[in-house]
Amino acid sequence: MTFEPRIVGFLCNWCSYAGADLAGVSRIQYPTNIRIIRLMCSGRVDPIIVLETFVNGADGVLVMGCHPGDCHYIVGNLYAELKFRMVKKLIALTGLEHERVRLEWVSASEGARFADIVRDFTNQIKALGPSPLAGETPEPNLLQNVLAAQMAAESFRLRVLVGREKSLVDEENIYGEKLSQEKFDEVMNDAVAAEYLRSKIYLMAKKEPVSIKELSKRLGLPSQKALQHIVAMRRRGMVTVDRIEGTTPLYAALEMGR
Amino acid sequence: MEHAGEAARIGVFVCHCGINIGGVVNVPEVVEYAKTLPGVIYAEGNLYTCSSEGISKIKEGIAKHNLNRIIVASCTPRTHEPLFRAACEEAGVNRYLFEMANIRDQCSWAHMHEPEKATEKAKDLVRMAVAKARLLKPLEEPEIDVTPSVLIIGGGISGMTAAFCLANQGFKVYIVEKEPELGGMLRHIHKLCPSMEDASQGLDHIVNTVNSNKSINVLTSTVVKQVKGFIGNFEVAVERTNGETTNFEVGTVIVATGAANFEPIGMYGYGEYSNVMTQLQLEKLLKDGQLKKPEKVVMIQCVGAREEKGRTYCSRICCMTALKNAMLIKELYPDTDVYVLFRDLQAYGTHYEDWHRRAQDAGVKFIKYVLEKPPQVVQGENGKITINVYHALLDEQVKISSDLLVLSTPLIPQEGTKELSQKLKVPVGSDGFFFEAHVKLRPIDFATDGIYVCGTAHSPKDIAESVSQAFGVASRAAIPMAIKRLRVEAITAMVDEGLCTGCGTCIRLCPYSAIQKDEKGVARVTSVVCKGCGTCAASCPERAITMGHFTDEQVRAQALAALGRVFA
Repeated sequence: MTFEPRIVGFLCNWCSYAGADLAGVSRIQYPTNIRIIRLMCSGRVDPIIVLETFVNGADGVLVMGCHPGDCHYIVGNLYAELKFRMVKKLIALTGLEHERVRLEWVSASEGARFADIVRDFTNQIKALGPSPLAGETPEPNLLQNVLAAQMAAESFRLRVLVGREKSLVDEENIYGEKLSQEKFDEVMNDAVAAEYLRSKIYLMAKKEPVSIKELSKRLGLPSQKALQHIVAMRRRGMVTVDRIEGTTPLYAALEMGR
Repeated sequence: MEHAGEAARIGVFVCHCGINIGGVVNVPEVVEYAKTLPGVIYAEGNLYTCSSEGISKIKEGIAKHNLNRIIVASCTPRTHEPLFRAACEEAGVNRYLFEMANIRDQCSWAHMHEPEKATEKAKDLVRMAVAKARLLKPLEEPEIDVTPSVLIIGGGISGMTAAFCLANQGFKVYIVEKEPELGGMLRHIHKLCPSMEDASQGLDHIVNTVNSNKSINVLTSTVVKQVKGFIGNFEVAVERTNGETTNFEVGTVIVATGAANFEPIGMYGYGEYSNVMTQLQLEKLLKDGQLKKPEKVVMIQCVGAREEKGRTYCSRICCMTALKNAMLIKELYPDTDVYVLFRDLQAYGTHYEDWHRRAQDAGVKFIKYVLEKPPQVVQGENGKITINVYHALLDEQVKISSDLLVLSTPLIPQEGTKELSQKLKVPVGSDGFFFEAHVKLRPIDFATDGIYVCGTAHSPKDIAESVSQAFGVASRAAIPMAIKRLRVEAITAMVDEGLCTGCGTCIRLCPYSAIQKDEKGVARVTSVVCKGCGTCAASCPERAITMGHFTDEQVRAQALAALGRVFA
């Protein structure tokens, strides 16, 4: 049987969903694989839900919004793009093919463009083959990685940074200082890498208590770095010392939040 | 009827839409499949669910099977959701307990040659709708009072027309004009096409009408400083050029700020030679009777308009303006040669094409130029200028020695448009003009309730079109003010006070300033201001914000259902 990818589309009501309707009204034909979820604005697309969709076996995720400047909610699509950039960064860390997720702008009058994008994206996913997370036996390491990315997307730190990127870069703070885009990206990249690693550590420590040595081996990190993350995670109430074997403390994950 | 705590009892109505859906998707199969889904009590197929018979079927189903969630699988929610929601409401089911599966526009019409795959997709879309419907919550639309007064920004022909229309309906009108007098662009126009009456005559009449109307408060040399609030309850602060500020409340706002004329600095010798001018400058010469007899006049169309990038649009009025002024020159000085160099002459509609013909009959010469070889302007002898133009139809270079070169330049967004758009929280489009809620169906509304746009603030248009839109906005703005009480959007964001840490991220990113910190230091959404985009919910660092009708749980349920994950 030929591979029929499962593609989930998150579309804003005003532009891209209307563009999808127009494709139909114009009888423009495109592959059947996409399943569209209507949201009021692409800004509603939470990074968590994109990553969760991959965890649950989607072969591709397509996010669509209004063209910049045409957003029904003025700037919702700009926030969609900022969030999407973080999703891309996280996915790059997991090892999942980054081509499986795409953000596109489609206006209400671009039925043909909508169909072209869906056709192209479907072909791209077909060429990639099924997601290693699809089906009955998802690839376990990759699954842990994408779960860690999802957890990182839930972290306060990343969400604050993404939510504030626009005001940090566009507006001056109370001291009259403005952050350059380069500086922000630097901060963001560090934060994404750190939160992703911490989430990985958390998920490992959740399975069984783990030592710094073991962590540094499994993550390919200098033990000093692993220790720094553990210290930060203890402060946040994510891990605790489970027991001490000989002179080696083993860390276990604590139940968090919801 | 309250359905919050009850288990979902879902009814699914699958529409054939004649052969539009039924000719591709196997509707009976989708109906049978729907019956197997958890929570679905009843499912049926309809020839047309939107017909009065189909609507009755929904109501019957609700009564007979005690349904509390309704799904219609049919065309698209963008056109038919209001109809089906109303049917639910009439049968006692909260209108927000309705969900639609788009199996026509996004399925049968897009996959006409793949009936089996289209049927599978339709089943998936129904499953996704069921997954969401199970989690839907009833919502109530809050009611608000409407202040029966209106702020009109801009005292040109559009703003003044809207002002006297609304004043005559008994509403209090504040009209704010940044210039010392009313009139706008029309004050600089000589004659009106096609009637050829003096622009000043009509203008004086309407300015007097507005100035003498007791219900209209005319605020000249004044700009809008701040607009806060929402439909029915806007708080406005305006500032006079002398620094004096005034505050008042209005129920609605009309944007009629007009447009500016593009100054083609550096193009075709403009700014370099004194006898190169814009149509607007020519209007002034004609109006003041100061145009000395020229031997030859050349007009160039589309100067700085219909560009590849930047001002890509057609300014709509320039062809008509050139025809009008060419004819006026011909009337004044019949021996003067008038050349119009055009790319495409867009003398649209019932009147302007007639003027095109009359201009040809009167001897105005029309030369088509092409964008690749635009006319060249060089200094000539005796104060004249020489225009070299490639005549596209003759395929040869033509040289015209002229006394006067008139450039037809587009209307461009009024100065301060961007700032005003930010004050009002309404969008501008990529051309920089104010951007309507829907290009065809809501052409003079903004997406923000209670704010409307008319005239050239929206896009270049002529006086008749501006006046039509002004009548339009007057009637649009009158609706909420006449009703006095309004139901507003129920799909809004809500903050869980227990989870909110008051970090303020949502406050910064809300495009409508709908979120403020309350006395407890946590975020609170003013639901009548919230437009329901959900950007705050998707960005909240504490995930303390629930976006009504599009909750995390609902969106997740749809996504998992799309992937064939079972739910129970």
